[in-house]
Amino acid sequence: MTSPLPPVGQRPDLLRMEAVNKTFGSDIVALDNMNLNVQSGDFISLLGPSGCGKSTALRLISGLMQPTQGRIEWQVPHDPGDLGVVFQEPTLMPWATVAQNVWLPFRLRGKSYAAVRDDVREALALVGLDKFEDAYPRELSGGMKMRVSIARAMVTHPKLILMDEPFAALDEITRFKLNNDLLQLKEKIGCTVIFVTHSVFESVFLSDRIVVMAARPGRVQAELTVDTPYPRSEEFRTSSEYAQQCRAASDALQDAMGMPA
Amino acid sequence: MSVASQGPAGPSAPIDAEEASRARRTRIEKIARWTLPIIVMLATLYFWDRIVVWNEIPHYILPGPGRVWESLVTDWAMLWDAAMLTGKITLMALVLAVLGGAGLAILFNQSKMVEMSLYPYAVILQVTPVVSVAPLIFIYVSSKTVGMLLCAWIVAFFPVLSSTTLGLNSVDHNLRDLYRIYGASRWQRLWLLQIPSALPYFLGGLKIAGGLSLIGAVVAELVAGTGGVGAGLAFRIQEAGYRLNISRMFAALGLVALMGVVIFSALSFFSHIMLRKWHESALKREN
Repeated sequence: MTSPLPPVGQRPDLLRMEAVNKTFGSDIVALDNMNLNVQSGDFISLLGPSGCGKSTALRLISGLMQPTQGRIEWQVPHDPGDLGVVFQEPTLMPWATVAQNVWLPFRLRGKSYAAVRDDVREALALVGLDKFEDAYPRELSGGMKMRVSIARAMVTHPKLILMDEPFAALDEITRFKLNNDLLQLKEKIGCTVIFVTHSVFESVFLSDRIVVMAARPGRVQAELTVDTPYPRSEEFRTSSEYAQQCRAASDALQDAMGMPA
Repeated sequence: MSVASQGPAGPSAPIDAEEASRARRTRIEKIARWTLPIIVMLATLYFWDRIVVWNEIPHYILPGPGRVWESLVTDWAMLWDAAMLTGKITLMALVLAVLGGAGLAILFNQSKMVEMSLYPYAVILQVTPVVSVAPLIFIYVSSKTVGMLLCAWIVAFFPVLSSTTLGLNSVDHNLRDLYRIYGASRWQRLWLLQIPSALPYFLGGLKIAGGLSLIGAVVAELVAGTGGVGAGLAFRIQEAGYRLNISRMFAALGLVALMGVVIFSALSFFSHIMLRKWHESALKREN
């Protein structure tokens, strides 16, 4: 639906983090001097060990926290509907049906269900759950719940979607399937994604930019570009190109963790 | 769920011994759930009756079950009126306890300052035995009905307040974050997120409040006497005791107990209806 994306680095700016620092209490530095220029259409993975501040970065971008120092600025006009989030847990309201859960971002902006029914159905169809509108979350499997969560994040066609290790709790088969689907969805909607993960393989498969982070204090260690063009399919997963990219990302991660590569 | 199945099992798949014995056990338990309590009750009634007969206990000390039944039948009109009165006070107190308890919980939740100011006094009100407060209430409250309602309310509102408060504070943190990110207003958060989250807790408190409002109503009757509003079951028990009409005491006691059971069952059923679609407590496990 969109024309091919320009290469990494030549896309229009979307959001900029400048010298961002977040300190908890008076001495726990969660994030130190982070600079990140998010451009429209990027699929950015924040890759790093626990404690490297990747979730903190996501919370700062989402506005749930304010930076201690530095600035986070949108480069385009935006409203709450331009931001979608997916947490590690599906985070669905158990008392509401699938459709009502997906309706939530609209509902909180005062839109009636009738007014956005088509958008809700479209989002559910995108994640393959159009038959489950009236089901309750407990009737769904873990992977299906996560799909609902993704549908909810995408239903407003946001400019930016933040994902905090969304597939970490799923089994590998489901995770691979959702990886493939996520790339297709991103293509259809044309959004930008910032994806937190601790899996080298996941980050290489999904993203065109990998930001490798290190811990204590949380900071950006390196940034890698994955040039392989989209769409990426199952073949990519077993290609030598993929293996090379994984090796490069893995080396950077080892560096970040202070171990010899 | 079978772990070792080698393919789709047809409808005529053989049932193995383990499954068969499980099915048998389930069936037996299902029947026993109803029959065992009935057998225990019949046995109790039988031995009660026999003990009275064998020991020639006079009926003004311990009447047999037959006499209690007779008293229930002959005094039915009086006991029914008494039950209606006690039931009315109990239900009105329960409604007030729900409104007051849930209302205060929401107020406390919305304003930390109000909570810090008032919560300790709600606790004091709760831990002071109602029996010791009731005589004072009836000195200052001229209407018997209002006084009785007040007594029952004092006992019953606290479980609703404390469990609803707990529920309103038990919202999933990620959902709370999500509401913030989407720019939800305070009322949207309360109405769409906190109140549904608190519902299971509230219903738990409600079940306790149902029993307590009956206790409150009974205590209030014992303290208040009858003047003006007619006599409830508790008063009938007391009065029958003064007259050594022990069988009527038992009959009235039975009605009070029955009333408690009815209230509890009704509230349990209500709670099940409210939660059956989504809450873990209302779901049947598969194995």
